[in-house]
Amino acid sequence: MKQETCARIRENPQFEQLVRSRSRLSWTLSLIVLVLFFGLILTVAFNPQLMGQRLGGEASAFTLGVAVIFTLFVFFWVLTALYVRRANTEFDDLTRRILADATREA
Amino acid sequence: MMTLRHTSSIQSGLTGLAALMASTSALAGPAVEAAEKQPLNMHAIVMFLIFVAMTMVITYWAANRTRSAADFYTAGGGISGFQNGLAIAGDYMSAATLLGLTAMVYGSGLDGYIYMICFFVGWPVILFLMAERLRNLGRFTFADITSYRLDQGLVRTMAAIGSLTVVSFYLIAQMVGAGQLIKLLFGLDYNIAVIAVGALMIIYVTKGGMLATTWVQIIKACLLLAGGTLVMLLALSSFDFSYTTLIEKATAAHKNGWGIMNTGPLTKDPVNAISLGLGLMFGIAGLPHILMRFFTVTDAKEARKSVLYASGFIAYFFNVIFLMGMAAIVIVGQSPDFFEGGKVGGKLIGGGNMVAMHLSKAVGGNLLLGFLAAVAFATILAVVSGLALAGASAISHDLYARVIKKGKASELDEMKVSRLATIALGVVAVVLGIAFEKQNVAFMVGLAFGIAASSNFPVLLLSMYWKGLTTRGALAGGYIGLITAVVLVVCSKAVWVTVLGNAQPLFGYEQPALFSMPVAFLVAFIVSKLDARSARSQAEMAAFDDQFVRAQTGYGAAAASKH
Repeated sequence: MKQETCARIRENPQFEQLVRSRSRLSWTLSLIVLVLFFGLILTVAFNPQLMGQRLGGEASAFTLGVAVIFTLFVFFWVLTALYVRRANTEFDDLTRRILADATREA
Repeated sequence: MMTLRHTSSIQSGLTGLAALMASTSALAGPAVEAAEKQPLNMHAIVMFLIFVAMTMVITYWAANRTRSAADFYTAGGGISGFQNGLAIAGDYMSAATLLGLTAMVYGSGLDGYIYMICFFVGWPVILFLMAERLRNLGRFTFADITSYRLDQGLVRTMAAIGSLTVVSFYLIAQMVGAGQLIKLLFGLDYNIAVIAVGALMIIYVTKGGMLATTWVQIIKACLLLAGGTLVMLLALSSFDFSYTTLIEKATAAHKNGWGIMNTGPLTKDPVNAISLGLGLMFGIAGLPHILMRFFTVTDAKEARKSVLYASGFIAYFFNVIFLMGMAAIVIVGQSPDFFEGGKVGGKLIGGGNMVAMHLSKAVGGNLLLGFLAAVAFATILAVVSGLALAGASAISHDLYARVIKKGKASELDEMKVSRLATIALGVVAVVLGIAFEKQNVAFMVGLAFGIAASSNFPVLLLSMYWKGLTTRGALAGGYIGLITAVVLVVCSKAVWVTVLGNAQPLFGYEQPALFSMPVAFLVAFIVSKLDARSARSQAEMAAFDDQFVRAQTGYGAAAASKH
């Protein structure tokens, strides 16, 4: 790992762009997960009766608690899929270009 | 046996129940209850031996491919994202997960489901914030990352101590759990069970290194996923595959009625719930045997994919467990065959954690029970192998090669030390497993997560994200986080009351993370700031820029070794 190459990578505006767009995505997604998760924990802690409420009529077996948690399982997984797709295409392409630029000039 | 279709015919399927007769003592805690020895279960033993034979073939195959240190620690970095995803899921879904979480849903319904989302939610966060940086910066252990630009000797020693503490507690809990479980499921003697686990673990790790350990984990993960799914489907067939029927019958059968669809005691106290959530969430991100898995894949792309697959498998399995637990309320909870003395609502035969096992017997007879028992044994074996490998690399790679020999150890010597360390860890685990037989070790898993979240994780995260972290800051934060977590767990109910026999706990929560994690971060921050003017700190901060480039782009990252 050469220091000049590292310096060249840092000076590349595309590197700036990579870091900025990736950290925006990853912090946004992390924040969504954390807010939803701790929102759930606080809701169940302060309002335990809420979770057992039936959705869709007296006879329905579908309750709010189970529905919310199931949705979170699916939603969190969809977020990971979203991140992986963008990182493995857009960000990796950008990284390849940055590395090619930096090593070609060397 | 496989023709059971509805609950009224359960009894008819339960001939030969003498095989699972009364156990008299049961203590609380996932998979660590003191259990009475049961008569030999031949189905389970035969199926387990088949598993052992398969894994031995794999170990033999892997042994021929394990030549360099990179092969030993990280399978040469040649594991694919999908394989690694299965292995991570396998590492994460231990026998305690299967048995303890099913029992939790059986006992308190929705609370168990909430607990599972706490167990799950760390994965997306690890992916977003850590996965690619871990792969780009690390080589064999997570200490490679924390000591990247800081003092090699001091910071590595601390990371190794953190790793070994976590690994030891986790290993003892697994060993004691294994002994109890095997005594109960297989009818083998406790000591024999513990020694068998220790011996097999040593063989897998010393002979086949990470490659064998990974494949043992992959096979076991597949068996666990398949076994769980089968039990769930058979159980649901009793309810004509209708979720509505399942819930109506379960709430009618449970003593708390519709209350099980509400939250219960587990999440009553918000501080406790948040601390538990934090500990489980960031504990994952500090468990050395999980972190190590990020170094076994080719590049950052595969590292990301492995989290995607792993979290998919884990989420799926947790939902299977929820359905199993709900079905068990009806199928197991109403059948006198599964209670001591036939008293429905009394003590379950074999203790509270046997719900999943009883359910498999109710829906699939002795054959399915034997299969699930064998899977549970395989699970313990695979998890302890991963732990032993993580512990051995902390000793051989971090302490021996980098700290003692200052990077001048030959690869051959380093591998020799790693194998000796594995054997030593195996022996220690067996001895402690036997010594702790009668102890309630439930707190040890919580402690392992607490230390991981309060010592390993803060230093790891800061070293990757914060330029201002200095050697002194990392050391202070890491050690104080570790000590705080240990002290708080000792003062909590699990140790202060249950183990030490005091009347009241000094610390009222299950998990220390909510308190010990901020302490670690704060101390690391303050000490780094105070230390910022020293020449060493200046050089360490200057080195962050190049580390940052490598973390972001993978430039200079360890590549997969080629054969």
